[in-house]
Amino acid sequence: MFADALQFVVDERRLILEKTWEHLVLSGAALAIAVAIALPLGVWLGHLHRGSFLAVNVANLGRALPSLAVIALGFVFLGVGFWSVALALVILAVPPILTNAYVAVDGVEAEIVEAARGMGMTGRQILTRVELPLALPLIFAGIRTATVFVVATATIAAVAGGGGLGDIIVNQAGYGLDGVVGAAICVSLLALLADAGVGLLQRRLTPPALRGTAPSFELDVHHRHG
Amino acid sequence: MTDGLVEPLVAQSGPVIPDFGEGSDCVVDNRLFCPDWVRDNWSDVLQPALVEHVQLTIIAVAIGLVLSLAAALLTHRFRLLERPFGTFSAVVYTIPSLALFQLLVPVTGLTVTTVEVALVGYTLLILYRNIVEGLRSVPPEVLEAARGMGLTRRQTLWRIELPLAVPATMAGLRVAVVSTIALATVAALVVPKGLGYPIFLALREAFNTEIIAAGALAVALALVADALLVLAERALTPWSSARRTT
Repeated sequence: MFADALQFVVDERRLILEKTWEHLVLSGAALAIAVAIALPLGVWLGHLHRGSFLAVNVANLGRALPSLAVIALGFVFLGVGFWSVALALVILAVPPILTNAYVAVDGVEAEIVEAARGMGMTGRQILTRVELPLALPLIFAGIRTATVFVVATATIAAVAGGGGLGDIIVNQAGYGLDGVVGAAICVSLLALLADAGVGLLQRRLTPPALRGTAPSFELDVHHRHG
Repeated sequence: MTDGLVEPLVAQSGPVIPDFGEGSDCVVDNRLFCPDWVRDNWSDVLQPALVEHVQLTIIAVAIGLVLSLAAALLTHRFRLLERPFGTFSAVVYTIPSLALFQLLVPVTGLTVTTVEVALVGYTLLILYRNIVEGLRSVPPEVLEAARGMGLTRRQTLWRIELPLAVPATMAGLRVAVVSTIALATVAALVVPKGLGYPIFLALREAFNTEIIAAGALAVALALVADALLVLAERALTPWSSARRTT
């Protein structure tokens, strides 16, 4: 059975590549927008040590949302297509990024910030040279969680016309069980690769002195819905 | 509408001509939301789907809890097992749900078993990791004191370590339940059960009212379950409420 599915992937490699590309574009766009919204907001709130209520509750609300329901509601209010689905994915990706960024920056030890201020650093310098480097591992943990969500949930996007590998998975009549299983194998590999890729990026960007101290705790926003 | 509930969803393809059948003007025009449709279809469509959804979730979380507890206790006894168990559950967790459901179809068919196996798989990582952390969080002084009081290893586990692991376990259970409710909506692609089924059907026909009603029910179910588990957590661990922060 699985051999036939792999045969399908080899025979239909052009289709698979095309759908994988669509999948990546959709996930990438949603993730980029989510990072652009959630990261500055989370970092800024964390820097000011304000809005913990917002940061925590957004996470709690966000993780309770079933992705299929969000995508379906996006379909009702925004119609079929790329941007409707992308927006639904953004809504699902914002909470882990926002909460992790907030907790990471908010949690930088007060003594360290105090010492930086004593050295004459401005607020901006403290943020960019002290808080952000120290917060980086945890910030990336949030982005990593969001990446896995988005790649996984983009599969469901096919039911609302989002394209991607999910198109093959939900269309057994068109591609047969071999196609469905083949595409499922591809999307699983894609999720594992995306997870590993962000992990690698995280290691690269972490200041050498902090390597090996990577998140000693994980937030319980580590949760999936897609 | 009721005819559609019988045929398997996966066999469908191609354009479907919307047919909202008999009904009020609101339904025929497919306006944004028609309360009368919800009233007429509550007992035939929405309520059974809601009940099935709750059943799917409870079965999956119960089995997941038993397996995770067993795995966590084994890990607690034999440290070597942590890596293989941890890696296995992390890999399962990364696989997209829609893909995992379909990957299991060749093995277990278009059955509830397929759905439950996948749902249980997803609960494992959350529950296993939380129980292991909980067991490990017991302060060494407490274990020392237990040994000093002459408790055997088994007594220490049952009277000290497991009760102290309850808060972490409950936190994991909360995430597991909410996740499973979300994932079970996707399960409708394999078996026509749960709130995902009316959502998928309505998406195919672009029938707004049903999408909103079933989607909102799924969201509400997740929020209510989350709130109930918070209350259960507080009731089970009265000692920790004093220093609770959130």
